[in-house]
Amino acid sequence: MQPKKNIISRIGHSVIDSIWMTGVATRFLVQVLWRSGTSWLRFQLIIKEIYASGVLSLVIIVVSGLFVGMVLGLQGYQTLQTYGSEQSLGVLVALSLVRELGPVVAGLLFASRAGSAITAEIGLMKTTEQLKAMEMMAVDPIARIVAPRFWGGVISMPLLAAIFSIVGVFGGYLVGVVLIGIDEGAFWSQMQAAVDVREDVINGVIKSVIFGFAITSIAVFEGFDAKPTAEGISRATTRTVVTSSLAILALDFILTAFMFRGI
Amino acid sequence: MPLESLLYPVSTDNLIEIRDVSFSYRDRPVLKGVNLMAPRGKVIAIMGGSGCGKTTILRLIGGQLRPSKGEVRVDGQVIHQLGVDDLYQARRKMGMLFQFGALFTDMSVFENVAFQMREHTNLSECMIHDLVLMKLHAVGLRGAQNLMPHELSGGMARRVALARAVALDPTLIMYDEPFTGLDPISLGVIGNLIRRTTDALGLTSILVTHDVHESLEIVDYVYFISNGVVEAEGTPDEIRSTKLPFVHQFIHGEEDGPVPFHYPAPDYAADLGLRSDS
Amino acid sequence: MERATLDFWVGLFVVAGLAALFALALKVGNMNSLATTQSYTVQAEFSNIGGLKVKAPIKSAGVVVGRVSDIRFDNQTFEAVVTMKLDKRYTFPKDTSAAIMTSGLLGEQYLGLDAGGDPKDLVDGDKIKLTQSAIVLENLISQFLYSKASDAPKADAAHVATPNSGAQP
Repeated sequence: MQPKKNIISRIGHSVIDSIWMTGVATRFLVQVLWRSGTSWLRFQLIIKEIYASGVLSLVIIVVSGLFVGMVLGLQGYQTLQTYGSEQSLGVLVALSLVRELGPVVAGLLFASRAGSAITAEIGLMKTTEQLKAMEMMAVDPIARIVAPRFWGGVISMPLLAAIFSIVGVFGGYLVGVVLIGIDEGAFWSQMQAAVDVREDVINGVIKSVIFGFAITSIAVFEGFDAKPTAEGISRATTRTVVTSSLAILALDFILTAFMFRGI
Repeated sequence: MPLESLLYPVSTDNLIEIRDVSFSYRDRPVLKGVNLMAPRGKVIAIMGGSGCGKTTILRLIGGQLRPSKGEVRVDGQVIHQLGVDDLYQARRKMGMLFQFGALFTDMSVFENVAFQMREHTNLSECMIHDLVLMKLHAVGLRGAQNLMPHELSGGMARRVALARAVALDPTLIMYDEPFTGLDPISLGVIGNLIRRTTDALGLTSILVTHDVHESLEIVDYVYFISNGVVEAEGTPDEIRSTKLPFVHQFIHGEEDGPVPFHYPAPDYAADLGLRSDS
Repeated sequence: MERATLDFWVGLFVVAGLAALFALALKVGNMNSLATTQSYTVQAEFSNIGGLKVKAPIKSAGVVVGRVSDIRFDNQTFEAVVTMKLDKRYTFPKDTSAAIMTSGLLGEQYLGLDAGGDPKDLVDGDKIKLTQSAIVLENLISQFLYSKASDAPKADAAHVATPNSGAQP
């Protein structure tokens, strides 16, 4: 009887803790948004953060996009061949990337690279008392340190997802047309006919914007909330990556259900 | 909230007045009725064992914590009753030196010292350049202006932090364990800098420290905190010659005294099984 | 990092991202649903629309000339009312017929317009009179079986007639 009680009460505790933590995080997020005025007025701060989250993630995004596109090309060709529809490879590659893989995979990569970096930076500043020092100098650390990183991430994410998708399409083209020998005209024309700007491209962009918000919010909160020890920071970065990834996948399902209903 | 105290700040000789302040950290009482005065232009030391609440007092003065009882007055204003904007205004007159410097790691030494000037004033880059170099020169690190914080030694980092703390010529500087982990030369340097800066700029300095030897050389008055109250206070000479057991043990580094050597434990012989308790 | 270099790389990054977005929009996709071309509305009634969906293309001579905007059921006539938006650039005679076709063998269904010869054209709010409903597979199969069944008894009747002619009252 005793062990059962402990497990149940522990589960109960962790559920209550998660709910409480969500409340704290939401309040923190509202504060960040409220105090973002400074970071927009001094745009240089945001530019520095766009460099840190966006530009520095370009390498992994481009390389991954290329490989994902190429794999789509290969696998897609294998499957379509059995139905005699190899000409539709362009459609397969483009739709998969623009609707799903672009935002989702780019989001996961962004969470691992840029999200964890943001968490670690803010966490380290907390541990070495830099945030407190700033407070004592009458400079709001949320406005000066947290908000620029938040907006830098939100701006970078959709751009990275778009770059991922276009590079992926190119990868599919490389494999399909150049390597395997599918007709180039058919590849592009069928793709253009099937991929619709409002339905597919814009929905993909909306997804990546929402993912950007989610990932950066989580990264920024975990960093600010981290325990000021080495272990605390490492736990916080892990939580950023895990929570962001789960959030992306869950949001992806919800958004896809809304956007691609009945098509 | 006595409105008058905000409209007409009472000007006294004491920059800091802590009256009857109690503070608890999550049910654990840290301070139980502390009384402390810091006159203008003086260097005050707050000493005591680890975790006795010394850093808490600094945080109370800076308005980062709120006392559960009592009043903390800085320059006549009750700090914990100020609104956010007023609090930030009050903080502009304070400087704080954190234990390991807390320099901003992504900025150079120059930029660290220039930080407050850039954030709070509209001074031209030219003026900021000159002011920063003057502050760095005062702590002897003008040549290190382009180094990054991770390239500095502990002592150097602390000196830069001191230059940063006095960047806007505050009226109060608080030092959180400024002597911890320094070599003898750096100890002497920091100690002298604290005294010289206080005298030259007419500031008030509050020092939280363990280091008995170095601090007694430079301070004007000492407060001893133990068990959440002020156990003893006085000038360095008075403290050195005190008969109070706790202070005596602390000053002379005695192994056993009011702070016992042995953690509470049952009878030694019984523990070893030599004596049977029947 | 120097401010100038930083700004340069960030600028490049943003330009690259926006360029990728534009490339996706223009080169990879089509702007059909964004086209804000003028359109006029026409209605048609069908006894069975089969698998026709809203936003299905309307084609004439194989070229997309419009989209289905609404499909509703008329409770009085018990027929399906299809509302379509046709591109203003293309006008059709008043006696144009509309038929529900299937693209490919088992593909999605679309509306095909076959132009008539009336000198007057369809205008906004008009109704297409001649319509052909979708071919429902089950009906097709039962038609086929029925016609097969009606062929077979004729051959039997010829056989049975001989023994019958013998025994006549």
